[in-house]
Formats: sequence, C-alpha cells, structure tokens
Amino acid sequence: METVASFEIHYRQYLNAEGRAVDELPEFAKDADVLQRFYRDMVLTRTFDKRAIALQRTGRLGTYASSLGQEATYTGLGHAMQPRDVLAPSYREHGTCFVRGVPMSDILLYWGGDERGMAFEKAKDDFPVSVPIATHVLHAAGAAYAFKYRKEPRVAVAVCGDGGTSKGDFYESINVAGVWVLPCVFMVVNNQWAISVPRAKQSRSETLAQKAVAAGIPGEQVDGNDVIVVKDRVEVALTKARQGGGPTLIEALTYRRHDHTTADDASRYRSRQELESEKKKDPIERLKHYLIAEGAWGEDQDRQLSRECEGEVDAAVDQYLNTEPRAPETMFDNLYESLPTLYQNQREELQAKWKRHE
Amino acid sequence: MSNLAMVEAVNAAFAHEMNADDSVVLLGEDIGVNGGVFRATVDLQERFGEDRVIDTPLAETMIAGLSVGMAAQGLKPVAEIQFMGFIYPAVDQIVSHASRMRNRTCGRLTCPMVLRAPFGGGIRAPEHHSESTEALFAHMPGVRVVIPSSPARAYGLLLAAIRDPDPVIFLEPKRIYRLHKQQIEDNGEALPLDVCFTLRDGTDITLVSWGASIHETLQAADKLKEESEISCEVIDVATIKPLDMDTILKSVERTGRCVIVHEAARTGGVGADIAAQLAEKGLLSLFAPVKRVTGYDTVMPLLKLENHYLPDVDRIRRAVKETMEFA
Ligand SMILES: Cc1ncc(C[n+]2csc(CCOP(=O)(O)OP(=O)(O)O)c2C)c(N)n1
Ligand SMILES: [Mg+2]
Repeated sequence: METVASFEIHYRQYLNAEGRAVDELPEFAKDADVLQRFYRDMVLTRTFDKRAIALQRTGRLGTYASSLGQEATYTGLGHAMQPRDVLAPSYREHGTCFVRGVPMSDILLYWGGDERGMAFEKAKDDFPVSVPIATHVLHAAGAAYAFKYRKEPRVAVAVCGDGGTSKGDFYESINVAGVWVLPCVFMVVNNQWAISVPRAKQSRSETLAQKAVAAGIPGEQVDGNDVIVVKDRVEVALTKARQGGGPTLIEALTYRRHDHTTADDASRYRSRQELESEKKKDPIERLKHYLIAEGAWGEDQDRQLSRECEGEVDAAVDQYLNTEPRAPETMFDNLYESLPTLYQNQREELQAKWKRHE
Repeated sequence: MSNLAMVEAVNAAFAHEMNADDSVVLLGEDIGVNGGVFRATVDLQERFGEDRVIDTPLAETMIAGLSVGMAAQGLKPVAEIQFMGFIYPAVDQIVSHASRMRNRTCGRLTCPMVLRAPFGGGIRAPEHHSESTEALFAHMPGVRVVIPSSPARAYGLLLAAIRDPDPVIFLEPKRIYRLHKQQIEDNGEALPLDVCFTLRDGTDITLVSWGASIHETLQAADKLKEESEISCEVIDVATIKPLDMDTILKSVERTGRCVIVHEAARTGGVGADIAAQLAEKGLLSLFAPVKRVTGYDTVMPLLKLENHYLPDVDRIRRAVKETMEFA
C-alpha cells in the first residue's frame, strides 16, 4: 500500500477574539486609516441591518436576512476585491455590496419588493442577489471563463453558505473551475447554521475548506470574524487567480447571530448559551479593542462614528421610503429587450385596470 | 373533531398515516427540529423519531433522488421542498425517474412517493418564493399533481397521495395555510384523487379554479349573485393531473359558459388544457367563448406589485360579466 494523496487544511487568524494580534499583521493593516475604514464599514453594516429589521417589523420592508456577527467577512471581502472584479452573492452580502459602491437605498428597495433595487448604478457587472441556494456559484465560474477568454485581469467571486456547499451546483462549480484553471474565488461563509440545520448535519467533512481537495484546488479556513485575515487571504487568492494561478476556496468561520431571516425564530432550534458564547467573538468589538490599544481609536470617535452611520442610514431609509412606486404595468418592461407585441395586450389590460382603480 | 387550519390539517394527516404505516418517512430541509418553515411537520420528529422525520442536507436533487430510491425499495417517502421555487433541481429526478420507473421496469419497480411544496404568491415573500408553476408538472406523464384548497381537502387528499402507488406532486397554496379553520374528523379517511370537487352549484356559468384562487373565485361568485343575480357553479379541480374533465364538461353542458381562474402565468397553463378540452368536447354547449383569468406572462413580480399580478375578485367579476353579456 502507498499513500497516493494527502492534504492539510490551514486556519488563519490575525486578531483573536480579544482583539490582540496573534501574528505579524500584513502590510495594509499597519495603516490605521485602512483599519478605521474597515471598522467604519462594519459599523455601518450593523447599523443598516438593525434598521432594516426595524423596517420589516413595522411592515415597511419584506423578509430580511441580517448579517449580524458576520460583518468582518463581508467587509473584508469587499475591500479585497477590485472594482472590475465580479461578485456573485447570495442574499446576506450587503456589507460587501456597500464597499463596492451599491447604495444602501438600493438594497432596501430590493428587500422592500421592488426590482429596481437590483439595477445598481455602481458595480454594474455584479450579479444580483441569488435566493436559490448555490445556483449562482456556477455563474462565477462562467464569468471567470469570460475573463480568461478575453484575457482580462479580473476575478469572479462567488459567496455561499455552509448549507450551500451541500448542493451539486457548488461541487460542480469548484470542479469545473479546477479543471479549467479559472480566475475564481469561492467564498464559503460558514456561519454554522443553514436555517435550523447545524453545520454538523450538512457534512461529515471536518472542514468545508477541504471540499476543495476533491476539486484539485487549494482550500483554506480563515477566522471570518477577523476582518484583517479575511481581507488578506481573499486578496492573496484574488491576486493568484488574476495572474492565472486558478481558483481558491476560502471558508470563513463565523456565526449567524440573528434569526435566519425576519421570518425565522432561531430560539426554536438553538440554545441561548451558544449565542451568548458567540457574542464574545464579535468582529466589531475585536477591531475596536485593537485600534484602541494601538492608540488609533477612542470612545469619542466611536460615538461620533455611530452618529454618522445612523445619519447615513437615516438618509438611505428616507430615500427608500420616498421612492416613487412603479406603475404596475412596468412588470412587463424588462421581460425582453422589447416586449413582443403578442404580450402588449396583457400589459394594456393591466394598465387599464390600474387606471380604473386610481 | 378538531378545528384545523390547512397547514395543521397537513400535520394531522402525517401524524395519522405515520401511526398507521411505519413505511411512511418524511424528509426535507428544516422539517425536524424546526417543524418546517411553515410548521407543517411540527412535533412530528419528537413523536416519530429522527429516522422517520429526517432533516436533510441542503440539496433538492438529493431529496428527490433519495425519495426515488426509498420508494423503489418499499418505503413511502414524503419529501418537503421548502418552497416551490426550489423544486427545480428535483425536476430531473421527477421527470427522468419517479414518473417513469414503473413504465421502464414494466411494473417491477414503482415510486409511491409524495413531493410536497408550498407555492403561490400573496404573502409578501422574497424573490423565487411566490411562483405557481404547476403546469410544468402537469405536463409530465406518469405523475399526479394535487392541489388542496381547504383544510379538509388538504387532510383527505394528502392521505390519498401518501397511499397512492405512484408519485404525487402535492402543492400547497401557502397563502391560505392559515386563512380559516375547518372542523375535521381525524379518522384517516382519504378523499378521492383524480376528481374535481364542485364547491357550489349554479346555473348560469361554470367557474373552474384550484389552489388559493378558489377563494377569490368564491368571493366573486358571492358578489355576482348579490349584485347581478348571476348564479355561478364553482369547481375546484384539486387534481390537475390527471384532469377530471367529465365534471367540468357536465357542468358546462348545463351552464353553457365557463371562466377558468388560476394564479399561474397564462401561456401553457393548465387553464389552456381545460379550454382546449372544452373546445374538443363541449363546443356545442357553449354560448360564449371560454375565458381565462390568470397571472400574466411575465416574471412573478416582487412583493410591491404581486397583488397586481394575482387574479383578484374584480378581474374574475369582469370576466364573468363579459361572458354573460356575450350571448
Ligand atoms: C435551492 C434552495 N433550497 C432551499 C432554500 C431555502 N433556504 C433559504 S436559505 C436556506 C439555508 C441556507 O443556509 P446557508 O447556505 O448556510 O446560508 P446562510 O443563510 O446561513 O447564510 C434555505 C434552506 C433556498 N433558498 N434555495
Ligand atoms: Mg449558514
């Protein structure tokens, strides 16, 4: 007998849960301005999530998926990507979208039930929110093929959850990206739960990162609550992909602290203690501690930042709530490039009905 | 007797059948500990154990394929697809295997499985959660497609679906999961598959519908009676495949007029098949062209516009009046 294949999976972290550096920080993280920017983006995301939930609870937004506790993963990813890279998100990545220039009001518009929220003026090549789990991971592989075909130095990034890694679409994506050496990064946000199903019931695999092994591509784990390591490792993977080195799978270990969505009640299936112990690993607190210890942040600045974020979110909410409603017949207007005359009568029927009711 | 909402009736049917038949197993995402996102399977894992109420990994192809395997080997799997919008990865297994296992093996292997999914719009759900694509399944030879529209029919038809020796796609209109309650005797009595239910007798016009739209259809019938003395016969198709045309034809022979109401998009909808069969077999009884009130041929809009997409009482009333005025 001989061993014909073996593997190791590495886990990395720069800042531990207390906000102390456990390793020499990467170059970018020695710049306080950069870390302050990350901090600000995470606080903004948390402020946004909180407000979105309040809007939902008062009937002014549809079902909403909070990213509470996962902000470092999304902010770090956003800052690692270049503007011309392409994001194929699932539905919890608004933190990344904000970094990529998508206005908060667009995200509210979408979750408020208006398609115009995905019309993005910025990040124009990014894919829209994808609700059917893992289906969009293949799109990243396809986009990456287009970049490779045209010899563009761009990378496609797919994001899916721990649950998403159980779907065929996920395996198919990493497999083809491996075979074709595609410029792709697969970001698995392991927040330990897929609605009520815990990570252990998705797979016997010790890590999700090692699913990469079967696809012949590198896989690694990062502490998804450490924005520095997320930004660092995703950037390394992006650079490699951009230079023709092929895809990487990165598993970010984090925790979904909110209910799955506003339609869920997590107290039915997980313990208070688990939640409490996860709170101690908070991504925002840890960076704050680090910055304070470095003399690069203070409580006054922190209060100021909170006010600023509240103000920005207020403005986004106002814009969302004051958006002129769409006329019902516009539901036909993006069906095809131009509506076939054969469907024109349906559009008119709807328009006439709406006029009658006005 | 208990007073049950539709989703509770689904639960009661499961509990009854799992007690009666230990080959019945349930599988799906979030159906065990969480009791299903709509609570259709609440408490069942506690009562019947993890071997019979199985929380699966997240993968619909897997859920459907497992069900085919289980069913072919003597279990009676009832799989939950969390929303109809996520049933498409399962379509391969349904069309390529479940629907034709009996045919391919000349009856040696069969697929007595049920694939359930909540469907339809009107609950302010996110994208992909609100479509009605029952016609896709009605197009597949070898499956039954069943849609209850009341707690009692959910109870009776689900029991029938589980006991049926062939695959059944059981679609639950989630908008009416908790709309109202009904007294149900939990006696394990199934209702017949493959037949329409005439919910209201009438003489002037036949209204044909299924699923959640039945409720707007009944309301329209009430209004029309009240405001114009139009007497509507209302038929709930219930099993849309195979389609019991006899009941519909007999009704139209008496009324001479027919309006079909469904939430799904118009083109290629089940309404088209009903209208075609009326043209084939009932043309001479018709005083007026058959009309359809349906969803539009566009992508189901997000929640802000979804109510403009769904057939409402007003659209049904207008269609009936136009049909009455035709001749
Ligand atoms: C194909 C498909 N099946 C089921 C669902 C319903 N659903 C929505 S989110 C979810 C769990 C996803 O968990 P995970 O992939 O870990 O992502 P997370 O929500 O934790 O970010 C499920 C089952 C869906 N959206 N798509
Ligand atoms: Mg998850």
